[in-house]
Amino acid sequence: MQFKYKIAGGDFTNAGNASSAVKKILKQLNVDHTVSKHIVVALYEAEVNIVAHAYSGVIEVNIDKNQIHIILDDKGPGIADIDQAMEEGYSTASPQVREMGFGAGMGLANMKRNADKMLISSELGKGTKVELIHYLKPDEG
Amino acid sequence: MKTIKEIAEIIDGKVLCCHEKSDRHIEHAFASDLMSDVLTVEMDNLLLITGLANLQAIRTAEMSDISFIIFARNKKINSDIIALAEETGIMLIESPFSVFRISGELYKAGVKPVY
Ligand SMILES: Nc1ncnc2c1ncn2[C@@H]1O[C@H](COP(=O)(O)OP(=O)(O)OP(=O)(O)O)[C@@H](O)[C@H]1O
Ligand SMILES: [Mg+2]
Repeated sequence: MQFKYKIAGGDFTNAGNASSAVKKILKQLNVDHTVSKHIVVALYEAEVNIVAHAYSGVIEVNIDKNQIHIILDDKGPGIADIDQAMEEGYSTASPQVREMGFGAGMGLANMKRNADKMLISSELGKGTKVELIHYLKPDEG
Repeated sequence: MKTIKEIAEIIDGKVLCCHEKSDRHIEHAFASDLMSDVLTVEMDNLLLITGLANLQAIRTAEMSDISFIIFARNKKINSDIIALAEETGIMLIESPFSVFRISGELYKAGVKPVY
């Protein structure tokens, strides 16, 4: 099963719509509640990062029997130092983003804690790609 | 344990939506204006006290399985916010009190902290 969502940078009105849609799909598929919560929290943080820090992006969600593999690919400024960005408290969020309740510098660390696997690659001036992998059975991985 | 209706009374609160949850009991609450902070909390059916009145507060609550939000200091809650809360089944209460005072009153009433 595959689902795709387009994300617009700066659009805080719709930020979270993709994550909400995925949450409903996981519920329909009877995915374990705790597993589902880990998925949607990580996905929502990643979706908001595109809205907050990039210009546009695509979220691709691939679900099979054993795992959910989410790829978030954005066009944006990219991340110069990924290790630094992963540190809790590091944030370049604009005042507008902070006004929306984001910019604590906790999102990437939150994603890493919730996902079974997380991969980030980025090219400065081009964009960022984040992959999140969650195993659907609570005891796997 | 207090119901959400009793809690609303303690804080001069006005229920904006999802009255059907009025008799639910509140065991734990958390107060924050930082959405990523809220998203670290693992516990379900929590009550969130916040000064942040926007759509992202509702979306954050949805992802975290937070069922109740108290907005402090009479923030302007527009109809889009209420509509999204209705759709996602999150009860909204507005209170004229500050986050500090709401937290203090709820603590006194026996609502437990998460941390
Ligand atoms: N998709 C992205 N494109 C460009 N930069 C990004 C992207 N995602 C994260 N970053 C950079 O990494 C930093 C840390 O991201 P992280 O999600 O941890 O915190 P934040 O978004 O600033 O705040 P929070 O997530 O707590 O609301 C960001 O401030 C930004 O500089
Ligand atoms: Mg973030």
